[in-house]
Amino acid sequence: MSGNVEHKSDDVNHDAKEASSADQTSMTTSGSGSYILLFFLLGLALSMVAGWVVFPKLLYTQKKQPLDFNHKLHLKEVDSDCASCHFFREDGTFSGVPALEQCLDCHYEKLGESVEETLFVEQYVDKGRQVPWLVYSRQPDCVFFSHSAHIYGANLECRTCHGDIGHSESLKPYEENRITGYSKNIWGSNIAGLKQATWDRMKMDDCAQCHETAGIHDSSVQTGRDACFVCHK
Amino acid sequence: MKQEHTQHRSKRYGMVIDLDKCTGCGACMVACFSENNVPFKKDETDKRLSITWMKVYRIDNGRDFPNNQVCYIPRPCQHCAGQHEGHSPCVSVCPATATDYSRETGIVSQIYTRCFGCRYCMGACPYHARYFNWWDPVWPEGMEKYLSPNVSPRMRGVVEKCSFCFHRYQLARDKAYANRRKDVKEADYQTACTQACPAGAITFGDLNNPGHAVHQIVKPNDHVVKNKAGISIIGKSQNPNVFRMLERLGTNTKVYYLSSREWVRKAGDNYIADEKPEDMFAEQKKH
Ligand code: HEC
Ligand code: HEC
Ligand code: HEC
Ligand code: HEC
Ligand code: HEC
Repeated sequence: MSGNVEHKSDDVNHDAKEASSADQTSMTTSGSGSYILLFFLLGLALSMVAGWVVFPKLLYTQKKQPLDFNHKLHLKEVDSDCASCHFFREDGTFSGVPALEQCLDCHYEKLGESVEETLFVEQYVDKGRQVPWLVYSRQPDCVFFSHSAHIYGANLECRTCHGDIGHSESLKPYEENRITGYSKNIWGSNIAGLKQATWDRMKMDDCAQCHETAGIHDSSVQTGRDACFVCHK
Repeated sequence: MKQEHTQHRSKRYGMVIDLDKCTGCGACMVACFSENNVPFKKDETDKRLSITWMKVYRIDNGRDFPNNQVCYIPRPCQHCAGQHEGHSPCVSVCPATATDYSRETGIVSQIYTRCFGCRYCMGACPYHARYFNWWDPVWPEGMEKYLSPNVSPRMRGVVEKCSFCFHRYQLARDKAYANRRKDVKEADYQTACTQACPAGAITFGDLNNPGHAVHQIVKPNDHVVKNKAGISIIGKSQNPNVFRMLERLGTNTKVYYLSSREWVRKAGDNYIADEKPEDMFAEQKKH
C-alpha cells in the first residue's frame, strides 16, 4: 500500500518539475506534491469511513418487535423453564417461537397495568391474532437446522447459539439486511469478521467450524467436509 | 473408510421399482410435485420444458396386436455412485460444487442457491433426471400458502432434480435424536412416491441394510464385478429379474427395476438386437 503511494507521488513530482521549469512560476515542486498526497490520504480516509462505518449502517434497517417481550419476568411465572414455551414435539421437531394459544392460560384477560401487556391483550388476545414476531436467528430458506440434533444429540445450551435472549428483560430491535432480507444475526455486526462470542453470528462457516471440532465433518465427496444436504434442503 | 469415526455406519439409500406392478397411473408424479414444491405452468404441452423429478415413461415391445405389450417405467434421479463412491456423472462435472454426493447416505444433492445454471450436469446425466428452471415459478393464486416449508423453492436460472425426499430423512433424524436413537428406522424415511403408489410397486430403503426390504429384493453384490469394457459394476443385483438402467455405463445407480419380462430388462439396459446379457459380463463368467 505505502509503496504504491510513494510511487504515485514520485510520478507527480516529476511532472510538476517539468511544468514549473517550463513556465518559471513560483510554485514549489514539493508543495504541489504534498497537496496531492494530502488529498489522496483524505480521500482514502473518507472512503474507509464510508466503507467501514456508514455502509454497514445503511445496509441494515431496524425494525421494532411487535411487542416487547420480557423473558426474565416470565421465567419466574412458568413451571418448566424454557420448555414451557419452547418445546419439542413428539416427532422431534422444535416448536420455536410460541403461538398465541400458549399465552392464553395466563393472559386470557389483563393481569396487570403495563402498557405492553395492554397492547398484547387488546391487539392480539382479544382479536385472536398471532403475534408476528421477528426471529433474529432466522436462516435463509434453503437452510435446514435441527434443534433436536443440537439439544438431544450434542447437549448444547441455548446460550451457545442465541446468547442471553432467554434471560433478557426486553427485546432488541430486529435488523434486516436491505439487500438479502436476512437478519443481522446471521452475518453478525463485526465487519472485520471477528467473533468474540459463539453467538455473535451464525453463518455457514460458523456451523461448519463447530461441526469440524465435533468431528462430524467428512461426508461430502466434493469438499471433504459435511455434505451440503446435512444443513441444506 | 473415512466414515468409521463418525457416529453411524454409512448407508446407501435406494429403491427398487416393480415394473410388473406399475400401471402407469402417475400418482408418484403427482405426489412428487406436491411434496417438493415442483413448479408447473399453465401450459405443459411442451414436455421439454416441463419439470418432472419423477417421470413415468412408456415403452412397448414393438410387436403388433395381439402380441403387443406395454411397460411403464417411473424414473426418479438414479443417484449414481459412479466408478467409485461419489463419481456421479453430474457431481464430477459441476464447476460450482452445487451438486454433491454424501458418503453417509449415498444421496446426490442439489443446492439451488449455489447453482448458477450452466447445465453441464444436465448434459452429463444419462437419465435426463435434471431440469432447468427457465422461469421463476408462478403458483396459482393462494397456492404459495400450501408450499412445503421443508423444501426450499427454486428460482429462475437453476437446475433441480429429485432428492429422494431428503427433507424426510432430516425429519426422521430429528425424530431419532428425540428418541435417543442413532439410526433412522426404515418406516420413518420413505419417499413421497413410494407411499403414493397405489400398486405398491416402489420399495425404498437402505441397500446396505440386510434388514430392509429393498436389500432383500435387490440382493446387491458385495463384490465389484467388471463388465466386458473393463468398467466396474458396483452393487449388481443377484436377483435375475432385477436390472438397472444403462447399467453397462458403470454409473452404478441406486434405483433398481424389477421385471419378469425379458424384453423389458433388455430395453432397460439398451441391448443390441441379438446381444445376450451374459455377453456383457463375459469376464465375470471366466472366474
Ligand atoms: C412465557 C413463554 C416463554 C418462556 C418461558 C421462554 N421464552 Fe423465549 N421467547 C418467547 C417469545 C414469545 C419469544 C418471541 C420473541 C422473539 O421473536 O424474539 C421468544 C424468543 C426467544 C428467543 C429468540 C429467537 C429468535 O431468534 O428470535 C430465544 C433464543 C429464546 N426465546 C430463548 C429462551 C430461553 C433460553 C428460555 C429459557 C431460559 C426461554 N426462551 C423461555 C417466549 C418464552
Ligand atoms: C404462566 C403465566 C404466563 C404465561 C404463560 C405468559 N405470561 Fe405474559 N405475563 C405474565 C405475568 C404474571 C405478567 C406480568 C403482568 C403484570 O403484573 O404487569 C406478564 C406480562 C406480560 C407482558 C408485559 C411485560 C412487561 O414488560 O410489562 C407481555 C407483553 C406478555 N406478558 C406477553 C406474553 C406472551 C406473548 C406470552 C405467550 C408466549 C405470555 N405472555 C405468556 C404471565 C404469563
Ligand atoms: C447449535 C445452535 C443452537 C442451539 C444450541 C439452539 N438454537 Fe435455537 N436456533 C438456532 C438456529 C440456527 C435457528 C434458526 C433456525 C431456522 O431459521 O431454521 C434457531 C431458532 C430458534 C428459535 C426461533 C425458531 C422459529 O422457527 O420460530 C427459537 C425460539 C429458538 N431457536 C430457541 C432455542 C432454545 C430455547 C434453545 C435451547 C433449548 C435453542 N434455541 C438452542 C440455533 C440454535
Ligand atoms: C456449537 C457447536 C455447533 C454449532 C454452532 C452448530 N452445530 Fe450442528 N451439530 C453439532 C454437533 C456436535 C452435532 C452432532 C450431534 C450428534 O450427532 O450427536 C451437530 C449435528 C447437526 C445436524 C444433524 C446431523 C445429522 O447427522 O443428522 C445438523 C442438520 C446440523 N448440526 C446443522 C447445523 C447448522 C445448520 C448449524 C448452523 C446454523 C449448526 N449445525 C451449528 C454442533 C454444532
Ligand atoms: C454445517 C452446515 C452447512 C453445510 C454442511 C453447508 N452449508 Fe451452506 N449454508 C449454511 C448456512 C447456515 C447458511 C446461511 C448463512 C450464510 O449465508 O452463511 C448457508 C448458506 C449457503 C448459501 C447461500 C444461501 C443464501 O441464500 O444466501 C449457499 C449458496 C450454500 N450455503 C451452499 C452450500 C453448499 C454448495 C454446500 C456443500 C458443499 C453447503 N452449503 C454446505 C450451512 C451449511
